[in-house]
Amino acid sequence: MNTDNKNKNKYSLVCGLEIHAELKTKSKMFCGCKNDPFGAEKPNIYTCPTCLGMPGGSPVANKKAIEWTIKVGLALGCKINLFSKFDRKNYFYPDLPKAYQISQYDLPFCYDGVVETSFGPVGITRIHLEEDTGKLLHKKIDGKQVSLIDFNRSSVPLMEIVTEPDIHSPEQAKEYAKEIRKILKYLDVADCDMDQGGMRLEANTSLRSEGQKELPKYKVEVKNINSFKFMEQAIEYEIDRQTEILDKGEIPAQETRGWNSIKSITFSQRTKEDSEDYRYFPDPDLPPIRYSRESIETMRAELPELPAQKSERWNTEYGVEKRYSKQLISHEIFSNLLEESFKICQLENIEPNKLASTIVNKNIIISHETIASKIVDEFKKLSQTDEVSDDEIISAIKEVILQNNDAVIKFKSGDTKVIGFFIGQTMRKLGKKINNRKLGELLINELKK
Amino acid sequence: MKNKLTLKQALNKLKNNELSLDDFYADVKKSIADQNEKLNVYLTLDDNALEKAKAAKNTPLMGVPIALKDNYCTKNLRTTASSTILDDFIPTFESTVSKNLKKAGGVVIGKTNMDAWAHGSSTETSQYGRTLNPRNIDYLPGGSSGGSAAAVAANMCIASLGTETAGSIRQPAAWCGVVGLKPTYGRCSRYGIIAMCSSTDSPGPITKTVEDAAILLNYIAGHDLLESTTANLEVPDFTKAIDKDIKGLKIGYLYKDLKGLEEITKIFAEQVKVFEKLGATVEVVDAMNPKHGVSIYTIVQRGEVSSNLGRYDGIRYGKDRSFFGDEAKRRIMLGTYTLSKGYADQYYNTAQKVRTLYIKDYERLFKTYDVLVAPTSPGFAKKIGATEGQAMFGELEDLLLEASSLSGLPGISIPCYKDNETNLYLGMNIIAPMYREDLVLQVADAFEKATKWNSWRN
Repeated sequence: MNTDNKNKNKYSLVCGLEIHAELKTKSKMFCGCKNDPFGAEKPNIYTCPTCLGMPGGSPVANKKAIEWTIKVGLALGCKINLFSKFDRKNYFYPDLPKAYQISQYDLPFCYDGVVETSFGPVGITRIHLEEDTGKLLHKKIDGKQVSLIDFNRSSVPLMEIVTEPDIHSPEQAKEYAKEIRKILKYLDVADCDMDQGGMRLEANTSLRSEGQKELPKYKVEVKNINSFKFMEQAIEYEIDRQTEILDKGEIPAQETRGWNSIKSITFSQRTKEDSEDYRYFPDPDLPPIRYSRESIETMRAELPELPAQKSERWNTEYGVEKRYSKQLISHEIFSNLLEESFKICQLENIEPNKLASTIVNKNIIISHETIASKIVDEFKKLSQTDEVSDDEIISAIKEVILQNNDAVIKFKSGDTKVIGFFIGQTMRKLGKKINNRKLGELLINELKK
Repeated sequence: MKNKLTLKQALNKLKNNELSLDDFYADVKKSIADQNEKLNVYLTLDDNALEKAKAAKNTPLMGVPIALKDNYCTKNLRTTASSTILDDFIPTFESTVSKNLKKAGGVVIGKTNMDAWAHGSSTETSQYGRTLNPRNIDYLPGGSSGGSAAAVAANMCIASLGTETAGSIRQPAAWCGVVGLKPTYGRCSRYGIIAMCSSTDSPGPITKTVEDAAILLNYIAGHDLLESTTANLEVPDFTKAIDKDIKGLKIGYLYKDLKGLEEITKIFAEQVKVFEKLGATVEVVDAMNPKHGVSIYTIVQRGEVSSNLGRYDGIRYGKDRSFFGDEAKRRIMLGTYTLSKGYADQYYNTAQKVRTLYIKDYERLFKTYDVLVAPTSPGFAKKIGATEGQAMFGELEDLLLEASSLSGLPGISIPCYKDNETNLYLGMNIIAPMYREDLVLQVADAFEKATKWNSWRN
C-alpha cells in the first residue's frame, strides 16, 4: 500500500500506547510458585492449586510486585493511589484457568505521569498490575492437531503502562517505548525480553485532520506487537490504511487488529460489536491495599537517578556527550562503575568523554567484575602513542597505498570510510601506536596526491 | 453405642483408655451402614479412617471421626461440592482447615452431602439427591451444610465441619437440633474450600454441644499465609468460655416484632427469659430490617458465584456446563446480569453500600450490648419437596442470618425448643462483635446447660 506524502500530511496521527511488562520477582503475582516461565525446563512445573485455578485456590498478592509498580510509577512522575484494590476481569479463554484475570479496574496503583521524548512529552494515564495468563501451544502429536496449555506463565506479575493519546508519529512511539524499556531495565524490575513476550506492545491509533483539536471518533487497537520495529511498521501501515479510508469520506471501523510480521500488515481481529463485557468487580479474595503518604515518600527517596537525568548530569559534570551516555546507561551497577571511572579521569586530566566514546566503540570491554581504575588504565594504554617521525610515517603510508590499489580507487570515488582501513594498515606496518588525527591528516595528503 | 458420645466425652474416654478405637469406629461405621442409605448423608467415605485414627494416638483429637462437608478439598479423597461436574474430582491438595484438623488428630471419616456448590438451604439442590432430617425423615435437614448437620444429629460421626455464607451452618444446625458455629469471617481459612461467595464464606464446626464447638474451633482457626482474608490474630483458647457465668452481660433481643415470626416469637420470647434467670439483662432492640439483607445477599452472592463458577468451562474437569443443575444456572445468569456493564453500579456496587449500613448498625448495637439473640430461622424445618418452584427458598429461610453474615460477625445456633409432636427443633442464634467467638460460646454454653433442649445432655 503506497500513499504519497501529500495525503499523509492531510491527517495527523493520534496514538496512545499500552505496554505490558512481566516483572522479574522471584515468585508469581498471587502464589508462591517460581516466576521463571522462560527458564522452565518443562511445561507446568511451576504451578500450584492457585495459579492452576483449582477449586479452592486463593490468591495472596506479591508485595514486591506492588512496590515495584509504585517505583516505576514514581519514576514516570505518576501520582500514587494510597487506597487501591484488585478487581476480577471475567472472560473465557483456555489459557485463563479461573475464567477471570485478577487485574485493576478503577483504582490502579499509579496514574497521571509523564515521559519526555525528543518529539514532546507523553502523558501516562495509568500503571496497573495484573496477572499473566498461561500459554497455549498448538502442536501436532501423533498426527493429531492438539492444543496444549503451559501454566508456568500463569499468574506471573504483569504491569501495564497506558499513555494518553499524545504520540504523533511512529518514531515518537518507538522512542517512547524504548525509553520505557530502558527505565524498567534500569530499575531492575523487568527483563523486557521482547522475543519471549516479556514485554508486549499495543498501539491505539487514529487519524484526524491537520489542525483538528478534538479526538477522532474512532480508535483502532493493534495488539500483541513484540518488537519496536514491528510497532513502527504497524503504525505506518495503519496511517496508510486509515488515510485511504478517510480519503474515501468514510470512517475506519472501531476494532482490534493484529500484526502479521511476515506480510507486514495489520488484520482485523474483533470489531466493536462483539467487544466483551468483562464484568469487573472487586476481587473478594484480596483485601484492598493501603499505603501511607510517608511510605510512598520513602520509596521516592530510595529511587535511583534515572537514565535521562543521569545523562543530563553526566553532560554537565563530565562533558560526556549524550549520544554516548544514552548507550552507556543501561543498568545501575554499570553506570555507577562508569561514573567512578569518569571521576578518576578528571583527576588525571583525561577527558571522560573520550573514555565514554572508547567504551561505546567497544574498544574497552567491561564486565561485572571490572573495577573503575582498571577501566582508566586500559584506556590509557589504548591512547598511548609512540614517537615516530613524519618521514617514517609517510614512507609507511606510501607502501600501504601501493599495496591497496582497490581501496585507493574507492577513496577517489568519494568513499571516505576507507580511511579507517588505511590507518589500521599503516599502524600495523609501523608496529607502533600513533595519534589518529595526525596519521589521518598525513594519509589524506598522500591519497590526494 | 459409642457413636453417641460427644467430642468431649470421647476425648476423655480415649485419654483414660476407657475406649478402644476399634470399638469406637465399629459403632460409628455401623451407624453409617444402618442409616446412610435412608438419610443420604455421606457421598464418599474414607475406608482407611480407622488406620489413620490409630496413627493419631498422641494428638489432641486422638483420632476421633469427623465428617466434612463435600466442599472442603481433601487430598486423594473425592470432592464434589454435590455437583456432578466434579463427579470424579480427586484433589491433589488439602484445604487449610482440614489440614489443621488432621494435624490435631481429627480423622475425616467421610464427605457429606450439601446443596450443590452450597447454593441453597435444603440439600434439595444436591445433584446426588436430598438428605433427610434424622429427627423426622419427612422433613428437610436445611442447608447448605445439611449433610454435616444430619451426620451429627444421627450420630454418624462425633462432630462435623460445614461452611456458611449466610446461614449454611446455623440453619441446618437449627433444623437438625444440633450446635452450629459460624466463626468470624477471616477466622478460619478458605484456602482449599470450593469458593461460593468469597466475601462471606466461613468454615466452622457443627457439633453435639457448645463445648465441642469450642474444642474444634481451637484447632481449625488461625491465620493462613495462603489466604489473604484470614486475620493475623492469635487464636485464643475458646474452651475457656465454657462454664463461665453470664451475670451482668447485656443481651439484645432482635426481631421480636418482626412480621411473620409471630408463631415462633411466642416460644422464643419464653426461652430468652432463661438469660435473666442466669443473671444477664435482656432488652428488646430495634435493628435495621433484615429484609434488605436478602436483597443485598442475593446480589452480592450471585455476582460472586457467576465469577467463581466460570472455571468449570468443560476444559479441565471433564464435564461440560450442561452438568450444572438448575439452581446453579439460575445463579450464574442472575450474577452475570448484575455485574454487566451499566448494571454493576445499580446492583453490585449499591448492594455493597447497603452492606456497610448493616455493619454500622451492628457497631451501634454492640456499643450497648455484649451479644444479640434472635431465632435462627423463621420456623421449624420444612417438609421434603418444599423447595420446588421456590427459587428464593434459601434466602427466605436465612432471612434472620444474612445481615450478620454479610457483616462478617460470628454466630452460633443452639437448640432452644423441641416440638414433641414432630420431634423437630428450633434454633437460637447468638451473635457477637468481630472475633468475639468467646462471647458467643460463653452465652450459648450457659443456655445449653440451663435448659433441657440439647439431646446429648439428657
